[in-house]
Amino acid sequence: MSNPSTLAAPAATAAPMGDRRKFLLLATAAGGAVGAAGTVAPFVSSWFPSERAKAAGAPVDVEIGALEPGMLVRAEWRGQPVWIVKRTPEMLATLDKVKERLADPESKAPQQPDYARNATRSIKPEVLVLVGICTHLGCSPSDRLQPTPEWAGGFYCPCHGSVFDLAGRVFAGMPAPSNLVVPPHMYVSDTRLRVGEDSKGA
Amino acid sequence: MNRLLAAGQGLVDWVDARFPLVSTWKYHLSEYYAPKNFNFWYYFGSLAMIVLVLQIVTGIFLTMNYKPDAAYAFGSVEYIMRDVAGGWFIRYAHSTGASMFFVVVYLHMMRALLYGSYRKPRELLWILGCLIYLVLMAEAFFGYLLPWGQMSYWGAQVIVNLFSSVPLIGPDLAVWIRGDYLVSDATLNRFFALHVIALPLVLVGLVFLHLVALHEVGSNNPDGIDIKKNKDPVTGHPVDGIPFFPYYVVKDLIGIVVFFMVFAAILFFGPEMGGYFLEYNNFLPADPLQTPAHIAPVWYFTPFYAMLRAVPAMFGSQFPGVAVMGAAVLILFALPWLDRSPVRSIRYKGPIFKWALGIFVVSFLILGYLGVATTDVWGKMPAFLPIIGGVEVATIVSRVLTLAYFGFFLLMPWYSAIDKCKPEPERVTA
Repeated sequence: MSNPSTLAAPAATAAPMGDRRKFLLLATAAGGAVGAAGTVAPFVSSWFPSERAKAAGAPVDVEIGALEPGMLVRAEWRGQPVWIVKRTPEMLATLDKVKERLADPESKAPQQPDYARNATRSIKPEVLVLVGICTHLGCSPSDRLQPTPEWAGGFYCPCHGSVFDLAGRVFAGMPAPSNLVVPPHMYVSDTRLRVGEDSKGA
Repeated sequence: MNRLLAAGQGLVDWVDARFPLVSTWKYHLSEYYAPKNFNFWYYFGSLAMIVLVLQIVTGIFLTMNYKPDAAYAFGSVEYIMRDVAGGWFIRYAHSTGASMFFVVVYLHMMRALLYGSYRKPRELLWILGCLIYLVLMAEAFFGYLLPWGQMSYWGAQVIVNLFSSVPLIGPDLAVWIRGDYLVSDATLNRFFALHVIALPLVLVGLVFLHLVALHEVGSNNPDGIDIKKNKDPVTGHPVDGIPFFPYYVVKDLIGIVVFFMVFAAILFFGPEMGGYFLEYNNFLPADPLQTPAHIAPVWYFTPFYAMLRAVPAMFGSQFPGVAVMGAAVLILFALPWLDRSPVRSIRYKGPIFKWALGIFVVSFLILGYLGVATTDVWGKMPAFLPIIGGVEVATIVSRVLTLAYFGFFLLMPWYSAIDKCKPEPERVTA
């Protein structure tokens, strides 16, 4: 049987055997493919966040009693910067003025919890809570809070030049497609803010 | 002496009976006939291989002291630089080697554009080369995270976030790539594995296939004509070809010596290249809460980065910019089928192609510059202009140049067909 031509002969001539062989080959290949896919699964899933990484997303408490009007304080939640800004009345006044130059002035996109979907994007009008990550490609914008004649006050992303107002709303025509994210947050007491948890979710 | 030679011959015979030693040597070196008119541009293939070896060797030695852990990575690199004997040399050789790899590869690709080395029958050779370029970019990107400096961190953050703009699966995909909700220790660890094991293996495999494909179809040359058409009737070798060994081995050795003179000058006198090879911000440890005031990728990615920045968000998504950037790399693969010129080499191509190539190269270089610079580098357009008034000049320029880049490829089937080419010579010219 070492002659290759005699080996090839039965498959070529006996058609029913050929079909049977084809079926068996296909069935074996399909079985093998299922096995291979099953083997790949643990490798693929090993790239998802581990249980430890998921557990690290716990809420954080921030004391804001000492925060002066016009100041910004940074907290860390899930490894991301969270900004807490106490806006002055002048700063709040800019929010209405820039409205027509914004991409989403009414905060229609789901970039905030429902309780922050208002004119100031906050629970208390003066206290703004934002995830300090640009919605374009994840840089952390720098804060340029103080309004000047040519600058309404807000945030500027150094990476690709996106500009946000003092409520984290993006200006139209910027690389960033949407407003900055307002994380879930709640007031544990009058001066204690909890980021990462809200009264509904608790 | 004669007995020694006989013993040597005996050893070769013994191996040859068990392994295709002599025939491989002949096929790939001593009887591989390459066109005799290779010029300066033909140094860069062999140089790319030398740099690959250099990167592998220096890389292996770096891993002996490097720690792929977010808490120790930055410190271990500084430890290599300050405390390990010869460590600074190995590290700077690796970081300089990364940039020089791209210098050499870009020049190697330029050679292919000049002399039509991507044309039939070398399409597969070109595609394998494009794959090498793609893997090399991934390799460089993964490697850049490892020092865990500010630029490492925020560069990785931006690039991984490119994937989160993919419609539907984007955000989950980005989390999957990072292994966390932000670039973290998990990301660093896996990028280390990809950088030192996975991609180098792929790269070496692709280089092997690139050479196999090259030696199957034979090398192109500055005249772009087929030397196999004109063979010596007695020997059967191309009359315009010379064996790679010894002739081109010696020529390439000269190139390698000169290359290492340049390399050593950079390594010893300016390993950071004024912030272009190693960015200043990368000498600060990664800080997830603070993006550096100006972030830009390393120079070899900047043309594509400028294209990314040039495209505005559309339909509430930044995906168009990402797609343009990806397309800019992927369009290279189609080149063999876009060129309809009757000749290969620029020496015989007509004026339209020469202009197109010139505009393409200048666009690529200016885009490269704009990718390093801030978007307001050239100020703003005068406010009285309609539509573009007040928009940054650099943004407008990068949009125009992005169109030029794509125009070179997408209009090629048309302009290469109508171009007035000169007749190719029968034999290669000197």
